[in-house]
Amino acid sequence: MHGRRVPYLLIAPAAIVLLLVVLYPFGYNVVISFSNMSMRHFRDWSFIGLGQYGKVFSDPGFYGLLWKTVLWTLVNLVAHVSLGIALAMVLNQDLKGRWLFRTLLILPWAVPQYITALTWRGLFHPEFGDINLVLTQWFHLPAINWWKTLTGSFTACAVTNIWLGVPFIMIVALGGLQSIPRQLWEAADVDGASRVRKFFHITLPLLKPVLVPAVVLGTIWTFNNLNVIWLVTNGGEPADQMHILVSFVYRSAFFLYRYGYAAALSMVIFLILLALGVVLLRQGRASESGAV
Amino acid sequence: MSKRAEKTLLYGILLVASFIAIYPVLRVFGVSLRPGDRLLSTSLRIIPEGATLYSYRVLLLEQPFLRWMLNSTIVAAAVTVVGASLASAAGYAFSRYRFKGRHAGLGGLLITQMFPVTMLLLPLYIMLSKLGLVNTFLGLIIAYTATALPFCVWQMKGFYDTIPTSLEEAAALDGCTGPATFLRVILPLALPGLAVTSLFAFITAWSEYLVAAQIIHDQSLLTLPLGLKSFQSNMTTEWGLYAAGAVIVSVPAVAVFLLASRWLVSGLTLGSVKG
Repeated sequence: MHGRRVPYLLIAPAAIVLLLVVLYPFGYNVVISFSNMSMRHFRDWSFIGLGQYGKVFSDPGFYGLLWKTVLWTLVNLVAHVSLGIALAMVLNQDLKGRWLFRTLLILPWAVPQYITALTWRGLFHPEFGDINLVLTQWFHLPAINWWKTLTGSFTACAVTNIWLGVPFIMIVALGGLQSIPRQLWEAADVDGASRVRKFFHITLPLLKPVLVPAVVLGTIWTFNNLNVIWLVTNGGEPADQMHILVSFVYRSAFFLYRYGYAAALSMVIFLILLALGVVLLRQGRASESGAV
Repeated sequence: MSKRAEKTLLYGILLVASFIAIYPVLRVFGVSLRPGDRLLSTSLRIIPEGATLYSYRVLLLEQPFLRWMLNSTIVAAAVTVVGASLASAAGYAFSRYRFKGRHAGLGGLLITQMFPVTMLLLPLYIMLSKLGLVNTFLGLIIAYTATALPFCVWQMKGFYDTIPTSLEEAAALDGCTGPATFLRVILPLALPGLAVTSLFAFITAWSEYLVAAQIIHDQSLLTLPLGLKSFQSNMTTEWGLYAAGAVIVSVPAVAVFLLASRWLVSGLTLGSVKG
């Protein structure tokens, strides 16, 4: 066998399958996004150029959705990263039984996501959910109907997603912390550095190489988290208001049958994420080489 | 702060965080044990009064739960076999060879991670409906492969990266040729990696709701997530059935995850650092 051909032969089977189930559908999605395809024009669709993209950007609702999506991503990421790093730092201390705590703390990540979402929807049930039971029985506060207001619904989704997303950052940060030599902190102790200084000048910079890719992944997952939004709000409660971009596309495509529009909006989401990913990774890399 | 006080504080943080982490899980377990007349209890007790396995009995004997489980297993197994076998070869090529298109290929795999679900689901759905594959396992398997295969290739590349190349060099000195080296030397070493990749691919397909909800409608073809979600439309009477099902479904998923999470994390982060 000729050496040069070997890698192509090894890749060929996977490449052919990916061509059929990823690349071709992707191209088809681009085609649909330039068309008027919908339930009514399913077989007799025609190209309409950039019309669907025009609709996306001229719809004032789009900017509301974009804002909600950005807020959703920010709230979750700030919580994931800060809580994740904090717990990782505690777990990195010399404490008895920390493997047990580590296992318990990973649990939210291990449970299938749809189970998590459906379960939290139950916990937020206005009459029988634990959250309201605690509010009324322990704190004597009025029960909240979480699905009646956008704020309530957003809060329920955010609590659910924060709960399930912290372990990922925690584990990544813990791995990073364990590879930092303890002498660095000890040397800083000798110099009389404060905790805050040690955190910002030793811990955080050294965690950055592992955290940057994890945060990029986390951003993409959160931005695209259809599971939690859809299942916790039961498809956008209250009254189709609690949507982020991706859940709105899902609804447009499979409940309103606006195929062309949904395909264009998918493309827009993808391009936003691609740009964001490139910027984040490049920044991570620049600061890495700058530090050396 | 004294050392003692500091330790107490750290344990306090761990206890509170662990409680929050396991509470929803404990709660579902508790609900699954509730007797039929106390499903709508407003008690915050975890183990209910008169705990019973009634919900499990109804779920297993009077609901098509085992059918859903069989359906999910068929689909997930097919996706896993396709994903793992193709990825064990492709991942090796990406790890060991420098060839034209390598960068483009790896970049392409990463870019698929940025696709919103609908990006592939909508065109796949339209394609499947034209091919008459909506409402079939094959249709669902095709849709899942689109997400599982890139993941498997990426994971396997990461595992091969951890196996030193000196092994191949030694095999070459002993007169072992490329394909034989791969099959006899490297693949056996990569088996744990292949097992982990397969388990994750399996559990991911086993736990997927949103894609299945569009492709499968036939009652006899429902997968586990679709079946469990159907209880939720009547949460007041079927809360116990949902909880029992959630417990049964989560146990294997959690077990796999806890056993294999170490490899997943290193694959996700180190793999993307090394590029």
